[in-house]
Amino acid sequence: MTDARRLARALAALSLVLLAVGVTALFVGSAELSPSAVARALAGRAEASSVEAIVTLSLRLPRVAAAVLAGAALAVAGVGFQALTRNPLAEPSVLGVSSGAAFGVVLAQILGLSSGIVAALGAAVFAFAGALLAATIVYLVATAPGGLAVQTLLLTGVIVGIFFSAAITVIISVVDFNRLTGVIHWLLGNLGPIPAASLALFAVLAGAGVWLILKSARELNLLALGEEASRQLGVDAERLKRRVFVAAALLTGTVVAFTGPIGFVGLIVPHVLRRLVGQDNRFLVPTAALAGGAFLLAADTLARNVVAPAELSVGVITAFCGAPFFVWILRTRSRPL
Amino acid sequence: MDPAHAEPAALTPLVQFRDVAFAYARPARGRERTFAFPGLSFTVERGEIFGVIGPNSAGKTSLLRLLTRVLRPQRGEIRLAGRPVGDLAPWALAREVAMVPQEAPRPFPFTVEQLVLMGRYPHAPGRFFEDAADITAARAAMAATETLALAPLPLEQLSGGERQRALLARALAQEPRLLVLDEPTAHLDLRYQAETAALLRGLNRERGMTILLVSHDLNLAAELCDRLLLLSAGEVARVGAAVDVLEQGLLESVFGCHVTVDKSPSGRPVVQLAYERG
Repeated sequence: MTDARRLARALAALSLVLLAVGVTALFVGSAELSPSAVARALAGRAEASSVEAIVTLSLRLPRVAAAVLAGAALAVAGVGFQALTRNPLAEPSVLGVSSGAAFGVVLAQILGLSSGIVAALGAAVFAFAGALLAATIVYLVATAPGGLAVQTLLLTGVIVGIFFSAAITVIISVVDFNRLTGVIHWLLGNLGPIPAASLALFAVLAGAGVWLILKSARELNLLALGEEASRQLGVDAERLKRRVFVAAALLTGTVVAFTGPIGFVGLIVPHVLRRLVGQDNRFLVPTAALAGGAFLLAADTLARNVVAPAELSVGVITAFCGAPFFVWILRTRSRPL
Repeated sequence: MDPAHAEPAALTPLVQFRDVAFAYARPARGRERTFAFPGLSFTVERGEIFGVIGPNSAGKTSLLRLLTRVLRPQRGEIRLAGRPVGDLAPWALAREVAMVPQEAPRPFPFTVEQLVLMGRYPHAPGRFFEDAADITAARAAMAATETLALAPLPLEQLSGGERQRALLARALAQEPRLLVLDEPTAHLDLRYQAETAALLRGLNRERGMTILLVSHDLNLAAELCDRLLLLSAGEVARVGAAVDVLEQGLLESVFGCHVTVDKSPSGRPVVQLAYERG
């Protein structure tokens, strides 16, 4: 079987999984709607002001879309950072990039950007800048001349994350609390309903980031052999690194701007996929987009229902899965990182 | 040979180093002094096997890095078939020059086949998946290095010698005009040393492939190479046929130890450490 066929088959299988999770997410929730009522709303045969129409079309559907977009973006960002750093434990939250993006969003909020699409775009821009700043710091520190051990990268990421979290805390303490409504909830990673226009912007930005990394997938395989080897095989390594770096920061910043920092998706999803489809980034990137979407959607559906009628933040669920997972990877790898 | 390689018996040497000067900005890890080429000139002719020998930190690996443009000279010029390597796009250079490193770092366990297929990248950098021609070329390269049976195995599971041959297969998949090897037999036992030497000689004779290799093994270099370049602290101590380069007095002054030089049955020089005089 050719590679293209193998990939098509994997993507088809994952699409089915995503579809199944999506249907489940639409049909379950704290508002006890019968499946037939949900189906009626989805088919457009319910009155616009009816409970089933509002819950299904204005609450659940946008939330499903946001979860899929965020999960896809985070998983692909994880693959990108892992290839870039040649470290299978690298991902946006571990590297502190999410915290940098969150700092950007909080900053945008106290600067008082108005509501609506302008605010969404402003938050995305600030989050992207914050993500880029944090990623650059981690990268510069961890790749200082002399060649540092790979764990240094992870430690640096943790430190940078702590630094930006502290900076956020300072802002929260100093600024009038009323101007930061919802920040705490948002900081935990929260998939609230997003207006349609913002959702479209989310999709465009996430799509651009995924496309940039997907397009670089073959070259990222060569980069895994080391920078020198990749150059000797004809890769323009500097340009490749810049492109993937910016794309991964864009994905992280976008997710943080629209849903808050959700951790560990970029760690769990690519790691499971490496076992299923192998190390080839041409398989990892597109499958991570679908599997990441399905994973975060499942986590969010759980978050909505496990303590209903209250709600957990989805970030709590991913952290509960991710932290033990991180330790497990660390302990079961046969070779030292 | 494909037509691009069959230029009108071009008279320019394949590789020309012209007064190449290079110094590291800061000393490499664990090294005390800053190493430099003050101004290195030599040529590699088409179709020859050219060996670079010399003590540790004489600049052998730096020479390979300059040739493959991982490093850029601060002065002087390196030409490949008459064209400055600085003018070539990265993939264009990789179609001409293939490097077999000593060891590949391997954080992600790619399979042998995936590794070898990576050698096809410079032939179509824009392609997402390799096509049938790429796969044919990769399989031919694996057949030539006897790694076909290893194709589905992750690199982690190979022995040092097997990994070395997989890296050689990757280089052959590049279908280069110049094959560059850094310590090609360092990880190999005697049998694979002999087989690698035979394979390189075959590639040279049957496909007319020019080979440049760096080696610590003076006797292998003497046996295999048409010409040798003895490097000493970044400068050419001597270049020429093995009998002219592997001379007792010269080797003793460059390596700083006592040696004896005998003749092998094939008439090539054989260098041995003279322990009793140490």
